[in-house]
Formats: sequence, C-alpha cells, structure tokens
Amino acid sequence: MGWKWINGSQMLWARKRILGQENCTVAMDGNVCRKALVCARQTVTNNRSSPFDNLTTSPPTPRIIISSMATSCSISSASSSFINKKDAGLCTPPSFAITISKKKKASRNIVSVMTPQTSERKPSTTGSVKTGMTMTEKIFSRASEKPHLTPGENVWVNVDTLMTHDVCGPGAIGVFKKEFGNNAKVWDREKIVIIPDHYIFTSDERANRNVDIIRDFSNEQNIKYFYDITDRGNFKANPDYKGVCHIALAQEGHCRPGEILLGTDSHTCTAGAFGQFATGIGNTDAGFVLGTGKLLLKVPPTLRFVMDGEMPDYLLAKDLILQIIGEISVSGATYKAMEFVGTTVESLSMEERMTLCNMVVEAGGKNGIVPADATTFKYLEDKTSMPYEPVYSDDQARFLAEYRIDVTKLEPLVAKPHSPDNRALARECKDVKLDRVYIGSCTGGKTEDFLAAARVFLASGDKVKVPTFIVPATQKVWMDLYTLPVPGSGGKTCSEIFEQAGCDSPRSPSCGACVGGPLDNYARMNEPQVCLSTTNRNFPGRMGHKAGQIYLASPYTAAASALTCFVTDPREFLH
Amino acid sequence: MAAAASLANPTTFSSSVGRPGHHHQPSASVSTFNVSNSRKQRSFKPLISQSILASTSPVTRRTSIVAAATSDSSSSGSATSFHGICYVVGDNIDTDQIIPAEYLTLVPSKPDEYKKLGSYALIGLPASYETRFVEPGEYQSKYSIIIGGDNFGCGSSREHAPVALGAAGVAAVVAESYARIFFRNSVATGEVYPLESEARICEECKTGDVVTIELAQSLLINHTTGKEYKLKPIGDAGPKLEVTVSVHLPPGLALCKTYIEAMFFSPLLPTF
Repeated sequence: MGWKWINGSQMLWARKRILGQENCTVAMDGNVCRKALVCARQTVTNNRSSPFDNLTTSPPTPRIIISSMATSCSISSASSSFINKKDAGLCTPPSFAITISKKKKASRNIVSVMTPQTSERKPSTTGSVKTGMTMTEKIFSRASEKPHLTPGENVWVNVDTLMTHDVCGPGAIGVFKKEFGNNAKVWDREKIVIIPDHYIFTSDERANRNVDIIRDFSNEQNIKYFYDITDRGNFKANPDYKGVCHIALAQEGHCRPGEILLGTDSHTCTAGAFGQFATGIGNTDAGFVLGTGKLLLKVPPTLRFVMDGEMPDYLLAKDLILQIIGEISVSGATYKAMEFVGTTVESLSMEERMTLCNMVVEAGGKNGIVPADATTFKYLEDKTSMPYEPVYSDDQARFLAEYRIDVTKLEPLVAKPHSPDNRALARECKDVKLDRVYIGSCTGGKTEDFLAAARVFLASGDKVKVPTFIVPATQKVWMDLYTLPVPGSGGKTCSEIFEQAGCDSPRSPSCGACVGGPLDNYARMNEPQVCLSTTNRNFPGRMGHKAGQIYLASPYTAAASALTCFVTDPREFLH
Repeated sequence: MAAAASLANPTTFSSSVGRPGHHHQPSASVSTFNVSNSRKQRSFKPLISQSILASTSPVTRRTSIVAAATSDSSSSGSATSFHGICYVVGDNIDTDQIIPAEYLTLVPSKPDEYKKLGSYALIGLPASYETRFVEPGEYQSKYSIIIGGDNFGCGSSREHAPVALGAAGVAAVVAESYARIFFRNSVATGEVYPLESEARICEECKTGDVVTIELAQSLLINHTTGKEYKLKPIGDAGPKLEVTVSVHLPPGLALCKTYIEAMFFSPLLPTF
C-alpha cells in the first residue's frame, strides 16, 4: 500500500489543541502495519485565527523525533527519520515517544499524521486538467485546496457554514465540549448558524430545555446567527425567530454558490439549489466541525438529471423529484451527488429548486445541486453581501449516469405509503380516501407552495372536505400568506383564500408535524389515519402514529385532494 | 504497555485565550487506542477515571473503528468476534423506525438520556414485527446483533439512531447495504459496527437465532441453522490494521485521535 500525505493544513485540529499545552507526548507502540506515522512539524506564526493560511499544500517533510520514553525533547527544526516499525510481537511492543513542547507564544506546533496513500498519484500541480470536473468535484477541490479531485477521494474540506437546530444542537454541543474542552471556543463564531425549528411550540420540558441549551451555547460562544425564540406563546413576539432551518438559511442569505454548507439535518441538501455543496451530518461530525471548521468528506460521483421542456401548469418541482425518486429508488443515489440541469430547471424559481434538492436525501443522495444562474443571483441580491464564486461542471466532466426527462410527458404524482419511492400517478389513486391534508415543511411550506395551493382553492371555489393544516415554514412565509396577493384572485391573500376554503388557520412556523415530534405537536397524527402531505417522508410512523398512512404530493395535489377528500389529480380543478 | 513517561503537568487549555480555564474533567487524558481491539466502548465511559493519572493503567478510550483482527491479536486481549442472538429486520429501515422523532428530545451526550435512548431502540418498527426489540421497562435488548436488508438506516440524519442501538447493547449490525449518513454516524460514534453481508441474510435468519460474527474471517455463523455467511471484509483488500497507540492527549485531541483513526485507519474508509 502506498502512502497518502496529509499535510499540515489538514491537521489543524491537532495543532489547535496542542496550542497552549506545555507538553504533549504521543507515544506509539506496536506494529504499524499500515505504516502510520506521527510527524511533527513546527511553524511559527502569530496568526492565531487562521493558522494554516501560510502552509503549503505540498507534502510536508516528515519530521519525527524519536526519543526514549523518559526524555522529552522539543521539536525545533527539520530532522527526519521515519519510524519504521519492524514487526514486533504485541506482548512487549517497542515504544517511541514524541514530545512536542510549546515554544513561547510565537510558535505553533503541528502534529501531522501520515497515513497510507491509497494510490501513488501525486496531486497535479501543473497546467491543464485532463479530466473535467463536475461542479460538486470543483467545490470539493476548492474547499480542500487541491487542484484536481476525482470521486472516491477522501479530503478535508473547509466548511463555510455549519447549521444546527434544537434537536441535534445539544448533542453536537455535548460532543464539542467533551472533546475540545468545556472552555473551548468554536472555530468561527460567524460561520455557525443555530436555528431552533423542530420542537418549538410544545410544552414538552425536554424540548424547551434543548432550546435553552443552544441559547446558552450561543451566548457563551457569541454566535452571530442564533435565531432565538423565547416567547412560545406568540412567535411574532420573537424578532429573531425564523422557523424551518433550511428555509431560514436561504432567506437569511446563508446559502451561496460554490460554498460548503453542513447541517445536522438530512434535508440540509436543500441548499444545493444555490449551486453549493450542502449535506447532512451527525452530532459527532458537527462537534468536530464546531471545533475545527473542517470535515473529512469523500468526493461523490455525480448523477446528472437533465430536465427539458416547458413545465406544465399542473406540475410542480415536487412532482419532478417524486418522479426521479420513483425511478432510481430510495437507495439509487446513495453516496452520490444529484445534479439537476436543463431548460426546465432553468425555468424554476429558487423555491422550486429548493424543493427539488430537498428530497435528494430520499433517494439516498449525498447532495443535490443546481447550477447558479441569473435567478440565483437575483434571489441573493438583497440577502447577502458576502462575495461568492459559482462553479459549473466542465463540458468534459464525467458523470456516473445521465437521466433525461421530458417534463411535458409527466403527470402529477404521489408517493404512497410507506416509502418515498412508492410512486404512483395521482389520478390512479383517486379511490384512496383521506382523513387529513397537511401543507407545510421545508419541502412544501414555502411561500410559493402556498401560492400554488391557493391557486387550486381559488379555481375550485369550494370548501375542503377534510381537516387541512397550514404550517408556514418561516416567519417570512407566514407574513407572505397574509400580505401577498394571489394572482388572479382580485387581491386576496393566501390566508383569505385558505380561510374561505375552510382550511385551519395558518400556524406558528416550524417543522410542525412533518416529523411527528412531541405528542402535543400541532397536526401530529396521533391515530392511524390517512394523510396526504407536502412533506418529504412517509416511512411508518413518520408523522406520529406507526400505522398512519402518508401520501406525499405537491401542493397542487394536496389542495385538490383536500377539496375532494380523496387523492386527486389537480387537473380536476386547474383546467 | 507503559503510557507516556512524561506526563505533562495537566495544563488546561482554551483555544482562544492562553489563560488557564478549568475543566470538569482532568485535562490530561491517558488513553490507549487499541485499534485491534474490536470491543467497542460506549460513548459514556468517562474519558479517564480519577486514578488514571498514575500512568500505569491507561484507559481504553472508545474505539470508533472496526478493527480487522490479525493473527497477532491474541495478546492484546481484544475481542475479534461478536456472539449473541440476532434480531432480523427488512429493507429500508429508516432512522424514524430506529428511534422515532418524539424521543429526539433526549440528548445523546447526556449519560442518563443516552441510557433512555436505548430503551426506545427500534420502537418505531411497525406492528408486523411481533417481537419487540427492547422489552418494556428495559434499557437494553437481549439481541446484540441486528441483521438487516438494504439501505439500513435511511432517512433522517439523526445520530440518535446508532446511539440508541448502541445504548441498547447492539454490538454490530449486518446489513446488505447502508444509507450514507447512518453508516458515517455509526463509525464516528463507534456505537455499532456497520458490517455488510454479501448475501441477503435477512431472508435466511430469524429473530432469535444464535449467531457469531468472526471479524477475522469476515464470517457470520448462524448456529441455529448451521449456515455460514460471508461478510464483506471490514478490511479492504490489503494489510490488516493493527495499531496500538498510547496517547497522552488533552481532551480535544482525544476526539481527534479517535476521529482521525476512524477516518484514516478504518478499513471502512473507502465506503464513506
């Protein structure tokens, strides 16, 4: 097996932690079949905030001081010898001690770990790249400061933004504190966005405590972006509170082309709509990112979905993604990037693109991505002033597979219980009787989703026949429901149209019942009912009761179905 | 093996300011990473015990690595096999079924809530699963090995899922394939070993079968049926990993060491 160089910049975690230590002794015992080494490298820098700015990307010269266990010597300058372990019995393995001592405040010690390289290929540093890269590969390339990458490589990337919420935040914080120390500081107080959104409007004590935990942490770390809520009785009384994290991220300008966004939520992939790499991670990974601002990620190969044709006026992005998931199955995109291009995609608004990317994880996808264009830039104009640099897939980029879809041939779809890939035509499920309809969540609770539902109610003029729940994703969406005029309605707002149709009045913005949640959560399914919703998952028990049946559909289909109390193709009302 | 001889004065560190803070846990931790020891540690073994600063008895820190055992592993006293009764599930077991959303208010990094998570492991399975995974009132399951089908752990990224399984006493999951985030969380936390089977074992084994997993031979032996099944080797084709590392690290580095080992030394690395 060959060697893989990990350069000093990739080991900033070790470096940062050793800072301030008088002595750090790393002893290695035993056989090292993969020839793992510990190299120490010292750089002198006074720049505490970005300690790795002045490091090169070329492989560091290995510098190991081998001393006996009893002595400690400081590592001052290059002198190299590899620890070349002979096979030794495990009983009494030889031990080597490497002591790194801190030299005054000016020096910074780095411990780099070299690991076996999986290939002999050196990073290309010259000239033109022979193979084009997909946009996901390019984002990884930039974030890992490597000129060229191919799928399958594991690289350390610099994280531009880390998001967490009330469900996973406490756990991630716990990991961070336990591993980096109770007094440790986060890597960058401006790159972390903490958004309570899941279990907010509940009397569940632990849920409320979890919001307290992320508040305490935000205060302690002086986190710049913490969208707090303290008055649960009146969400409008909380000026900072936003709502559903993925929509809040977009609306607050945290999503930018070319960047890396990680979040402790699987639907973080939503942000791929902005031409960035965005994916979900767990608490432990997040705890690590909190401390270091980096993560080891594997470059995913890309599946390309080319969607062409003029979008029929009875279809929405939800139908498109349900079509795709039904095509490739819930594991069809596992470990892969899903890239959405084509004339149809170009015609989609940002919110529709977000819906498309939102459910990428339902196909197992690592991330979804849409090339940034004029629509993207326009959306971002008033939301962020931070500079960004979009990337685009090369013409010669290699894709794992390419799917071509003529959207004019598609029809409104549902995903039947109990899997998002259990695809069926809405019109073929017209005998399925419903008990309730839910319109909300990051997938189907954005402003345009409600405008779409309102359009169907308006076209019908009738009242809904089942309880219809309206849960806007964020405060901004809520405001839009009450202020934006619905086209063709003579100036009525969504809220008025919903009211006239007999829907429940719009609720406090949050994730709501998409994820079930605490027992007193609004619209949680506490009985085995049949629900059609604009949400993203319909696995058993997703919205509460284990025997509940959930049909996933677009807002058009949801509104149409609410009017008939059966699963209904929206063309019944839209033509 | 002796730990590092020169124990530093346990200095505390704070990354932003040089002033000594104070930790609730001792800042110097002596940990032995015995990667060839496939017996995993729970996340809540205290990082070090108070007496550990006598450096002669290093604590085995949690190993978040599936170790490929080697023939030399005997003296390290490491477990290279799992033995117990298995619980069989089907395809696409999503994390909502593993740990339903209503229990996500439990924070995995709090020891008592970690324990509670174990009591709710797989409670979201539909009624078609007649046997409950964890008996009511219990915190652990009698099934230490889960056998699953495709796409195990799909859905939500909640790390509570592998944590709940680990807290319930699951040593390993053997599935045909995994969803990405669950797999990654399993390795990062070290709560369960996510092993892959070559064949569709979930159709040939039944809940309650007595099984043994031999990591060295990548084998699952069903003692009840007498059949053996090949597992995908946890080591990539290549030399087996055997690293025993005694480290004396500040807490921050401990995670990194574990994490880095998981990332770099784990034979599972290629499948991230």
